[in-house]
Amino acid sequence: MRARPQSRLAWRRNLEGWLFASPWIIGFVLWTLGPMVASLVIAFTEWDLISAPRWVGLANIETLVQDDLVGQALQVTTLYAITSIPLHILFGLALALLLNTRISGLRFYRTAFYLPSVLSGVAVALLWRWLFSKEFGLLNALLYQFFGIQGPSWLGDERWALPSLVLMSLWGVGSGAIIYLAGLQGIPTDLYEAAAVDGARGWNRFWHITLPMMTPVLFFELVTGIIGALQVFTQALIMTNGGPNNATLFYLLYLYQNAFQYFRMGYGSTLAWVLFLYILVLTLLTYRSSQFWVYYEGEERNR
Amino acid sequence: MAATDTARSAVRPFGLRMAQRRRLGHALVHLALLAGVLLMFIPLAWTIATSLKKPGEVFLFPPTFIPSEIIWRNYIDAVTAIPFFRYLWNTCIITGVSIFGKVISVMLVAFAFARLRWWGRDTLFLIMLATLMLPPHVTLIPQFILFKSLGWINTFLPLIVPQFFGGPWLTFLVRQFLLTLPRELDDAARIDGCSSFGLFWRIILPLARPAMLIVVIFVFNNTWNEFLLPLIYLQSQEKFTLALGLRMFQGEASTSWHLLMAASLLTMLPVLLLFFAAQKHFMQGIVFTGVKG
Repeated sequence: MRARPQSRLAWRRNLEGWLFASPWIIGFVLWTLGPMVASLVIAFTEWDLISAPRWVGLANIETLVQDDLVGQALQVTTLYAITSIPLHILFGLALALLLNTRISGLRFYRTAFYLPSVLSGVAVALLWRWLFSKEFGLLNALLYQFFGIQGPSWLGDERWALPSLVLMSLWGVGSGAIIYLAGLQGIPTDLYEAAAVDGARGWNRFWHITLPMMTPVLFFELVTGIIGALQVFTQALIMTNGGPNNATLFYLLYLYQNAFQYFRMGYGSTLAWVLFLYILVLTLLTYRSSQFWVYYEGEERNR
Repeated sequence: MAATDTARSAVRPFGLRMAQRRRLGHALVHLALLAGVLLMFIPLAWTIATSLKKPGEVFLFPPTFIPSEIIWRNYIDAVTAIPFFRYLWNTCIITGVSIFGKVISVMLVAFAFARLRWWGRDTLFLIMLATLMLPPHVTLIPQFILFKSLGWINTFLPLIVPQFFGGPWLTFLVRQFLLTLPRELDDAARIDGCSSFGLFWRIILPLARPAMLIVVIFVFNNTWNEFLLPLIYLQSQEKFTLALGLRMFQGEASTSWHLLMAASLLTMLPVLLLFFAAQKHFMQGIVFTGVKG
């Protein structure tokens, strides 16, 4: 009985906490947890949303294993990731290093490079589609006028379609650069001063101080880059619609086609889970690898 | 730095060479950056140029960069060739309601995680962080089935209702911001007899305006450009958003690139305007999530 006012206060506190957090808690159950459980069940059915779902056991997985387009989609998506992510890191870091040289006009440059990366969606996809046009696009016009080269048909060419999309993604390199710039500015200057005393300059300075200090930021960008690259959709649908000859059949596009064009909800769910597992494995591998190359300040004490 | 400066002035000729070298270095950096800026702006400039050309001039080879005659009429033609204002209105409604719902819910939840102590908080927070890693497409199909069974297909509801239930990423961002506000504020407010809601509404919310602005910007940008969800849920043309409208325009008028580019630019314009108005917050948001996330 003596503890009663205390416990009533605690009870009230708990209630308030749950009440304030309730939008997310309810949303989590309604839009995430429930659908995930449902998705697991649907993956074992055949369901076109017109007739009732039919339990098919592991048939969807069998189909998936034999489906050449799944392999193609995984290959396209992975190829895009392993080409675009390193390029983004390389150019982003180079740009950030240039911006970090204490030159005048930093604000102008920062704005100019960051601006394209805030633009996205269908409008941007259309813009680039026009840029890549074989006969009337700017890219081939420049190639012709400056180098006398007859450019390929980019998005219409099996070999060039995916590289075109990688090239287009580099337009957004500014957002990474802004993050790296903040990281560079956060490196304590006494590290550089100590290194200068030891005679380290230029390349050495970059290799032994800048790069190690930047690894946590690079790690973050790598993880978000992987997740982002595996979810490319708008460009693929608008610019190439997966073609030519499935050369840009991104995984999410293939999932969309199955679920919302052919109305194969069961197979679509199986595809979704496979992509989820793939992302999970890649992220875990990246995470495991991080202990070999990501440097956190104050780490030595633990070793 | 001071030590190196005195060392430099002590050896005068060498020092001069250093200064010259640095000036040359800066000039090279400027040159490289300006070249980069030019590259970044060519796509936009090309789009603007195309949008102002005569229809025939679009299909010249080699293409002209500057239109021989500037046709402002293209913009009028573009917005009348498709029900542009209908799409604009739809996009504005979806975006506006989404921002409203997201800001309210995210602020409430972030407040609970950052400033209140309650049973289950840390476990739930971990769960929320775990959902950050969950790709949204896993729930795409079951959500579609759910909304279909509710009869919400071809309405804005599937696009806006989920926005009222917070979101892990923005909640995390705002929580990190709220943690930086001094604890004494809460104690002082409690002593003055403030309820939890009073504390949230009168003390924390006004102080959290920078974080709120970041949420607004992110939600605006994402909703304005969203393509997959409207594509799945909206079916009749009078419900279309700008993104869907542009896509349809592309299919219908594949030869009217000048109009298509004009419409694309008009679609991007609000994002550009917001960017110039709130550039600082754009960058804060991205840096905040990138470096401290």
